[in-house]
Amino acid sequence: MSATNNIAQARKLVEQLRIEAGIERIKVSKASSELMSYCEQHARSDPLLVGVPASENPFKDKKPCIIL
Amino acid sequence: MKTRRTLKGHGNKVLCMDWCKDKRRIVSSSQDGKVIVWDSFTTNKEHAVTMPCTWVMACAYAPSGCAIACGGLDNKCSVYPLTFDKNENMAAKKKSVAMHTNYLSACSFTNSDMQILTASGDGTCALWDVESGQLLQSFHGHGADVLCLDLAPSETGNTFVSGGCDKKAMVWDMRSGQCVQAFETHESDINSVRYYPSGDAFASGSDDATCRLYDLRADREVAIYSKESIIFGASSVDFSLSGRLLFAGYNDYTINVWDVLKGSRVSILFGHENRVSTLRVSPDGTAFCSGSWDHTLRVWA
Repeated sequence: MSATNNIAQARKLVEQLRIEAGIERIKVSKASSELMSYCEQHARSDPLLVGVPASENPFKDKKPCIIL
Repeated sequence: MKTRRTLKGHGNKVLCMDWCKDKRRIVSSSQDGKVIVWDSFTTNKEHAVTMPCTWVMACAYAPSGCAIACGGLDNKCSVYPLTFDKNENMAAKKKSVAMHTNYLSACSFTNSDMQILTASGDGTCALWDVESGQLLQSFHGHGADVLCLDLAPSETGNTFVSGGCDKKAMVWDMRSGQCVQAFETHESDINSVRYYPSGDAFASGSDDATCRLYDLRADREVAIYSKESIIFGASSVDFSLSGRLLFAGYNDYTINVWDVLKGSRVSILFGHENRVSTLRVSPDGTAFCSGSWDHTLRVWA
């Protein structure tokens, strides 16, 4: 019994691997350059990367008010 | 970058947290069964509920901000609507949505409040309808406990990635229940997975002390973030808004900030007095929050 179970399991595994092997792949050089361009495009709007002035960041302490 | 707020109030290890889409509220859950909703600007607690079980390992905020979901050793995922009515008991309106045969390790609402995706120690992930509690789709394929999951950013469609104790990260099609891609390069349990903001890649953090970046279109691992001096597992990872920085919380109490493109460490953040168990960047990217076994949550900016 366990032999047929193992065969059935192995068949399923091979089926799954065939599906995975059949997907369309692109070259890593192209994929990496697209990741890099995504980073560059969005870098300016990334507050943790470029930093925002304290007045705009609700978490940074603002300078105390000076009463003239 | 430093700690701007410390959220104190949990009586035991903080296990999980999530941001509300309003970029200000946070829900967190802990080992003692407490789930707390905080206002991160003022550090006030807005809601608190005690779960009937300990080790609430998963919690999530609904996209509308009107409900939270949580679960853990009770093997269930329950949804609590949030109400500001002081007379209403939050626990009374609780809805049990998901039912697994082992602990709930992660949960996340999909694009709406109507569906929840869960991951469990029983080795499966499942998609549930919140209103009826019905199982819409189940995802089988992991050979061991599933520890984490992340949904693809909405623009890229109906997939999600999960990571488990079988060292595999698997990408699933939510409609068919089929695993479309699998990655097995980690040397130990994968504790956390997070999609890159564009949806074309994802990062993972593992007990093998490394974080790795996998590109989905190239179908392979493209970067490893590790150092010989880092020997403790990474428990939680998240990207900054542009995807240039990867924040990772480790079991050695630190948070390492990695340059995703260069593969080098940009900075190391100290502050927690025990393992960092959970870490999420806020929806607008202005800050990130980390939760730890030292009972506190810290907001860094």
